[in-house]
Amino acid sequence: MTTMQSLRPVPRGPGFPGAVLRAALQPVLGRVVRRIAARHPDMFARIAPYQKADFLIVANELPFALHLRPDPDAPMMRAVPKSPLPPSDARIEGPFLLLLNLVDGESDGDAAFFSRELTISGNTEAVVSLRNALDDVDGSIAQETADLFGPPGRAVLGMLRRRGAAA
Amino acid sequence: MTAEDFSRAGELVCPAGTPAALRTAVDAGADSIYCGFRNATNARNFPGLNFTPEELDASVAYAHARGSKVLLALNTYPPAGKVDLWREAAEQGMRAGVDAFIVADMGVAQHIAATHPGARLHLSVQAAASSPEAIRYYCEHFGVRRVVLPRILTIPEIKAIKREIPCEIETFIFGNHGLMVEGRCSLTNWLTGLSTNMDGVCSPAADVTYERDDDGTMRSRLAGFTIDSFAPEETAGYPTICKGRYNAPHRPEGYYAFEEPISLNLARLLPDLMAAGVHAFKIEGRQRSKSYVRRVVSAFRRAVDNIREGHAPDIGDLVALTEGQKETQGAFKTKKWR
Repeated sequence: MTTMQSLRPVPRGPGFPGAVLRAALQPVLGRVVRRIAARHPDMFARIAPYQKADFLIVANELPFALHLRPDPDAPMMRAVPKSPLPPSDARIEGPFLLLLNLVDGESDGDAAFFSRELTISGNTEAVVSLRNALDDVDGSIAQETADLFGPPGRAVLGMLRRRGAAA
Repeated sequence: MTAEDFSRAGELVCPAGTPAALRTAVDAGADSIYCGFRNATNARNFPGLNFTPEELDASVAYAHARGSKVLLALNTYPPAGKVDLWREAAEQGMRAGVDAFIVADMGVAQHIAATHPGARLHLSVQAAASSPEAIRYYCEHFGVRRVVLPRILTIPEIKAIKREIPCEIETFIFGNHGLMVEGRCSLTNWLTGLSTNMDGVCSPAADVTYERDDDGTMRSRLAGFTIDSFAPEETAGYPTICKGRYNAPHRPEGYYAFEEPISLNLARLLPDLMAAGVHAFKIEGRQRSKSYVRRVVSAFRRAVDNIREGHAPDIGDLVALTEGQKETQGAFKTKKWR
């Protein structure tokens, strides 16, 4: 497998503490997950036993982790510190672009696991359920997310995809 | 679906674990797609995977509108006296208009043959029928029209079997190497209490855990038992007992006692398989993503079309999708593959 190109880690200088960044992101992340949940209600049936489970998604290059709870009544995604990570039911870790492609159905999770780029821990059944739920979504969740933010969002996604394609 | 619709050699039979994967397979050029319901009636009863009856209805309509067929896997063995789930699944499959049922259990085969006499039956690899006598038994008693052969035969052996049976042959060409006596393996049952053959789940995810050391070493466990330990840069495989690496007095360094994490890839043998009388080529992987389906189905669609046009098959590089990132031609090439 071609090794997924990694993004440069986001610098964390003294003038831009992680807590401030996370606080700025929370309303954006909340809006994104509510939008995705509203557009793809069928996906929740595939993850029915784990709708209240807490997933941590840890992109290697980002200064924070994402906490996802796929509750159809109250979907939640928020930025949390990487150190220490909060308690969770399952954790999924890998390069950002790989995680983006997995969400979009453009990469195969098993292959990423075989290559050791993707690491999972905690409740394996919850992770498998989430993976299958996301994989049954038609279209691009990343594109939908980018569309939420108009031309700037689409420009950022285009840049990320070009970097992934060049890897 | 008439017999003529199934008559063209080189039929590409592709996996789908979700409706999105099924549509992806159809769009990538699958001739047939096999799938199952969200219960124990099929051998990929994994969490979040498979189809509701309503999803099957819509998926069959999508496939038929584009000239593809849908094969419903009912290839597990009902526990004694608990057959209602399988009977109901057969009814739902008939209502959806599936083109064939893939069965392993004689009771399930008999039920469908008697209740739905027009239905086409394929014999699952889970029946482990590898001799002309066994295959003919299923053909004569249940009207089986196609056998999916176990992955333990050489191409000359397949050719010899073909001369002695009255049905089509389907062979796996990509995915799980699968050398156990399929339909008889009880390794998962031994550790977890769940049966691959009756519950439809090998190494249930609920019993699988992965542990990682600070140096990057990863251990896979099933029901608390360590199956393998992968060094930081070492490629990994599925957490199944048959592909575990074990210590033994004569091999204290640890070794793969049964199978290795490796995938079957018969791309280069497709012309030989067709010449041997193999009618259909099966791609394993209902548990895989639609990305896998798109890439593998597209590659084999191109290869089969090349052969039909009299050209050497254009074989893409699929090693990145293989288990352990390793490929083998297994017993199809030689019985000394290890």
